[in-house]
Amino acid sequence: MLLIPCPHCGDRPEIEFRNCGEAGIVRPTAADDAAWTAFLYLRSNPRGLHAERWRHVHGCGRFFTLHRHTVSDRFESAP
Amino acid sequence: MSRLPTGGRIDRSRPLQFSFDGRQLEGFAGDTLASALLANGVTVVGRGTKYHRPRGILTAGPEEPNALVEIDRGGGRREPNTRATMQPLFDGLVARSQNRFPSLRFDAAALAGLAAPLLPAGFYYKTFLSPRGWHHLWEPVLRRLAGLGRAPDAPDPDRYANRYAHCDVLVVGAGPAGLAAALAAAETGERVILCDEQAEPGGWLLSDPQESIDGQPAWTWLDDAVATLRAHPRVRVLTSTTAFHYGLQNFLALAEILPEGSRLRERLWQIRAKRVVLATGAIERKLLFHGNDRPGAMFASAARTWLNRYAVLPGRRAVLAASHDSGWQSVFQLQDAGAEIAAIVDWRAAPPPPLLEEAARRGIEVLAGHGVTALPDGMLAMPRAADGTLIRNRTRTLFCDLVLMAGGWTPTVHLFSQSRGRLRWDDAADAFLPGEPAQNVVCIGACRGTDDLAACIAEGQAAGAGTSLPPRVQRAGGLAVRAAVTGADGRSFVDPQNDVTADDIRLAVREGFRSIEHVKRYTTTGMATDQGKIANMVGLAVVADTLERAIPEVGITTFRGPYTPVSFGTLAGRHRGVLFEPIRTPPLHDWAAAQGAVFEPVGLWQRARYFPRPGEDMQAAVARECRAVRGAAGIFDASTLGKIEVVGPDATTFLERIYVNALANLAPGRCRYALLLREDGCIADDGIIGRLAADRFHVTTTTGGAASVLHMMEDYLQTEWPDLRVWLTSTTEHWGVIAVQGPRSGEVIAPLVEGIDLAALPPMGVACCTVAGIGARLFSVGFTGERGFEINVPAGHAPAVWQAVLQAGAPHGITPYGTEAMHVLRAERGYIIVGQETDGTVTPDDVGLGRLIGKKKADFIGKRSLDRPDMRTTGRRQLVGLLPIDATVPEEGAQLVIAPGSATPLGHITSAYASPTLGRPIALGLLQSGRVRIGTSVFALGSTGTAAPVKVVSPMFTQPAGEGENG
Amino acid sequence: MPQRFSFLSLARGALDGHRSWPEQWRSPDRPDADYDVVIVGGGGHGLATAYYLAAEFGVRRVAVVEKGWIGGGNTGRNTTIVRSNYLYPESAALYDHALKRWEHLSTALNYNVMFSPRGVLMLAHSVHDEQVFRRHICANRLAGIDNEWLTPAQAKAFCPPLTLAPDVRYPVTGAALQRRGGTARHDAVAWGFARAASARGVDIVQNCEVTGIDRDAGGAVTGVQTSKGPVRAPRIGVVAAGHTSVVMAMAGLRMPLESYPLQALVSEPVKPVFPCVAMSNAVHAYVSQSDKGELVIGAGTDQYISYSQAGSLQILTQTLEAICELFPTFRRLRMLRAWGGIVDVTPDRSPIIGGTPVPGLFVNCGWGTGGFKATPGSGHVFAATLARGEPHRLAEPFSLDRFSTGRLIDEAAASAVAH
Repeated sequence: MLLIPCPHCGDRPEIEFRNCGEAGIVRPTAADDAAWTAFLYLRSNPRGLHAERWRHVHGCGRFFTLHRHTVSDRFESAP
Repeated sequence: MSRLPTGGRIDRSRPLQFSFDGRQLEGFAGDTLASALLANGVTVVGRGTKYHRPRGILTAGPEEPNALVEIDRGGGRREPNTRATMQPLFDGLVARSQNRFPSLRFDAAALAGLAAPLLPAGFYYKTFLSPRGWHHLWEPVLRRLAGLGRAPDAPDPDRYANRYAHCDVLVVGAGPAGLAAALAAAETGERVILCDEQAEPGGWLLSDPQESIDGQPAWTWLDDAVATLRAHPRVRVLTSTTAFHYGLQNFLALAEILPEGSRLRERLWQIRAKRVVLATGAIERKLLFHGNDRPGAMFASAARTWLNRYAVLPGRRAVLAASHDSGWQSVFQLQDAGAEIAAIVDWRAAPPPPLLEEAARRGIEVLAGHGVTALPDGMLAMPRAADGTLIRNRTRTLFCDLVLMAGGWTPTVHLFSQSRGRLRWDDAADAFLPGEPAQNVVCIGACRGTDDLAACIAEGQAAGAGTSLPPRVQRAGGLAVRAAVTGADGRSFVDPQNDVTADDIRLAVREGFRSIEHVKRYTTTGMATDQGKIANMVGLAVVADTLERAIPEVGITTFRGPYTPVSFGTLAGRHRGVLFEPIRTPPLHDWAAAQGAVFEPVGLWQRARYFPRPGEDMQAAVARECRAVRGAAGIFDASTLGKIEVVGPDATTFLERIYVNALANLAPGRCRYALLLREDGCIADDGIIGRLAADRFHVTTTTGGAASVLHMMEDYLQTEWPDLRVWLTSTTEHWGVIAVQGPRSGEVIAPLVEGIDLAALPPMGVACCTVAGIGARLFSVGFTGERGFEINVPAGHAPAVWQAVLQAGAPHGITPYGTEAMHVLRAERGYIIVGQETDGTVTPDDVGLGRLIGKKKADFIGKRSLDRPDMRTTGRRQLVGLLPIDATVPEEGAQLVIAPGSATPLGHITSAYASPTLGRPIALGLLQSGRVRIGTSVFALGSTGTAAPVKVVSPMFTQPAGEGENG
Repeated sequence: MPQRFSFLSLARGALDGHRSWPEQWRSPDRPDADYDVVIVGGGGHGLATAYYLAAEFGVRRVAVVEKGWIGGGNTGRNTTIVRSNYLYPESAALYDHALKRWEHLSTALNYNVMFSPRGVLMLAHSVHDEQVFRRHICANRLAGIDNEWLTPAQAKAFCPPLTLAPDVRYPVTGAALQRRGGTARHDAVAWGFARAASARGVDIVQNCEVTGIDRDAGGAVTGVQTSKGPVRAPRIGVVAAGHTSVVMAMAGLRMPLESYPLQALVSEPVKPVFPCVAMSNAVHAYVSQSDKGELVIGAGTDQYISYSQAGSLQILTQTLEAICELFPTFRRLRMLRAWGGIVDVTPDRSPIIGGTPVPGLFVNCGWGTGGFKATPGSGHVFAATLARGEPHRLAEPFSLDRFSTGRLIDEAAASAVAH
């Protein structure tokens, strides 16, 4: 079980959180089909550092972004 | 009897009775089942999995592969595969041997041994190829022969628990190194948890009282250390507690087995530690020789444990088969205890002179440079040639009833490996040792490859204090394991439980299985219930030897958790029955239960499905409830609906972006049915949006969607539109919701409503008022198509208001109805239920609700997706009404086809009911190009294959009485 | 051709102590310089693809390059369930294409993959479950696929350890049964396909990691770079479950995939006690018993993407809570071994099979938590697609461009069947 550093509440166990997928996916306003498809479905899914959103759903309720290495599963500072 | 008259850590004042295979036997408190069996001269305790050869007790610890027994405490408390070496003896213990028929002494399946030449590793892949032959003939036979014990056949009545804990230092293993570490850490003021899998702390010290520490006898030091730790306010000592899982960020899981007779059987500890000290010890290695699986063959270290800890002499006349120094001491101690030593057979040509001198002094014959093969009543020793084979024309027969094996030591690095630390091969240790750690963890003592007692203590002190470790100290040595396995022949068992021999491994390598993982899977070596603790290193050595490669080049199999098997009950803990998942009940649940309602689960909620009167079945009750609503008035608990308070100057803008509807023109005091899409354009949820004020909305969601809709709203608010001044609050559990529906609903509630002019409240209106004296939000909506109201009152007041409405409605014939009648009533009006008419692939237009979309809005969630080609294409499935022509209720889920013989599905029936209002069955369905098919007939194909004609009609079977949209 | 496997050959082997069995498949140390097709990934699907390319489509110069050892990914890490009772006709057709092959795979490959059609029982616990399952049953019947509704008593008769006690949290209200479904021996599938493919000339190169995808000026693939040197081929088939995004990124493609750790566990072996496969979506558990006697139990995925092959303990505890709730007699059994795989999951939980925007680059991925059951069918349709350069009829609906058009095959949304 991950220990997740909530920027508002400090370290808390993973069961208090909900992972919300890759961070930085911009919602396009006027998009062609390809750009819209990319927004909806295409993900970098990297084997390495991953910027991802979490929500402290059973805590402060806030969304925030963390960087985690997807092989070591360790949280790291933003690149 | 093999019990020595004195010594050991058993309590001779407390004799315990137990039985094994029906024989009544006696042991003492402090015994394990294994030590008590040995003390009673029981040497055969089980049978191998494949050849069913008789097997004895090989080890004294958690690595035991053979002595697995059934423990029967009666009823649902029968359990298979318990290690006799880890089972503390208790009075009345009933144990049985397993995997034998009819008896342990005579096992019919041992005939499999005769067929052994036909049963090499992976034989089943090469034969029984006919598909029917395999499944019907061979598989049942092999299944019955395989498996170990019997599964229990009654539910387990015992209790299990779970605890979370935090500490500064978690020390795993209470041997000398771990004890020293815990003592040192406690002195620094840190919070310490020390755990050990054995019932008593001490580790190897328990087996080695001759040692001394700081000038004290080992057991004196041990007793002092344990007493100090137990008395220390910041130290928790957990015995019979195995650390079996090492997760991320120093999160470890421990399984504690409580003493027999405790209120709990087992407890799962989940511990987050700032740092972890692993003092997990090492496990002895077996030697490979023909017959190394015979009863009477055991680890030299185990013999020392039987002797010193349990005062049991495990044999009368012993042979030591050794490739390592460490076994010699065991033989010397056995001799001191009265056993005869037939000989020491050492694989090495030149064992260390001090050992040879001591053996000579004791008059023990040493056959150096020899190997052995088993005879029925002893051993045959023969010189080992350079290639490891035995020179068979120079044999020595050694009569014995005990063979001690000493093949060196494998550090217990399982947890370190689970922590994602790297292992590195060390030639001097002849083993994989802990390398670079991935977390805040250190390994000390034997699991680090240190075998000197003083050095273990020093490492423990350093680890406990958090200072850097002194260098590893190794005193004993031996023949490298790869050289020791060379030439192993005949029935040299690598994995005794799974009956895998050295020849099996060589066959696998010959057949191209060169990765250690392949060898393991093909031969099943290391996959027995000891999880490879016995087999892995030796098996790896055989592969390396066969491939003529170094061990680290062959690799190492993954150390998968758990370290030792953990009961399902421990892992499941208290989560059983009603505690399996929480049950949510609305405020009127108790009332409904008292009325004899039948409930249905909806997510975590229990909802009243119908209220049968005496003699009524579901259909009759639902028909009565429906007629009451249509004819007079019904009352319904709608409290499970999700509710979200949306407040703020930008609340309208926000909701317009979230829902498909235009909402800017929604006046305060009015409400509207609204649809919520996912970004892919498919319907996610629906509900009512009521505007209480310019900046305040009361939004409802489906029962199942409450949490996800709020989450979605928060997501967009916090991350897409953080500039909007909007605040969201879940009020689902704040409001109890009483729906009063039917033509007389207004008359029913009128006497109770104060603060507003009820007659002036239009359909699809909302007002704040009091109902039965309680502050309420009153919605004039109905999901039934009748004139109706939803009274929202604080949940605690809901039962009282409900009673008041019931009383007021009595003269009008008000009738409670459940979810089933609600479903029927809404279907008669063609209203959808999200999750029934929709399934995550359905757009607003598909269900005929395209008109809800605010055409002038620049954006809302999912808008862009509705323009994708396949969302606009013709031939999508559309919501229609379906009237069965033969007047029977069709099956929900029935497929729609154009003609009975057609194999092309055109859609399916989403809902089907007997409609009391129409006096006939009705159904809703999604049908390809459904709206243009209205007036035609299609066929509904059910699960039994019968096709029934249905007429396609508008989904609005009856016209609503009041104004309005779904609502 | 290798020595044929049979009882007779086994008996002959016994005469010489099994010393003359040859390698089951050739293991060249490195790949040749060029091939007609290179398959990236030596799991069941990749090996099956190679086998069918050689055996049915006449493509002989085929290499399978595998970064570790064959069958070491999800093929060797799953719970071996085989069934075809999917909802949508496109899915059901694809999985039944596989199931029909499972039924004769042992003889076709001359390797006992131990296909055991012991029946797959899907338990319903609510009105909603029953609606969903009946929809499946009706759809399956229409597609000619067996699936039937059982009452609770019938379900209990089929699966005796099931509890029908009314005081459990989610009592069983019925079940859908596919009798033709069952289990198979996962490792044998990889080895059997490898042996049969190798016998037909396919090169299987292990410990050979693809490090780059080569393309010409027009953007078409020309080959791959590997840890054992470059390999030329005009067609590349990527079958690298779990790691598809990583390989496709070498060709500059972002995929509609996320990779999650999926765990499974087995109990200590016991005598036969569980005659079928049983699964419950509401309670989140599925279980069968292996020929060795272990209960094989599937757990869920973690909520975050990861390539670590290590999932969280709470995923296992939640699974065992469910197992103990459905089968309270199993509470005293012990978890012997737990492990993780990496599954790549698509937004609609259906696979992607076919071409990509890069000419010559084909992909077979996104099987999520349920790819094992499709192995022979997936390999067959992907081989056809690679051989002809255009999608096999059954693969066509599973094209990558469905995510642009919106023609998803949303098994997850439609059924909440996650595996």
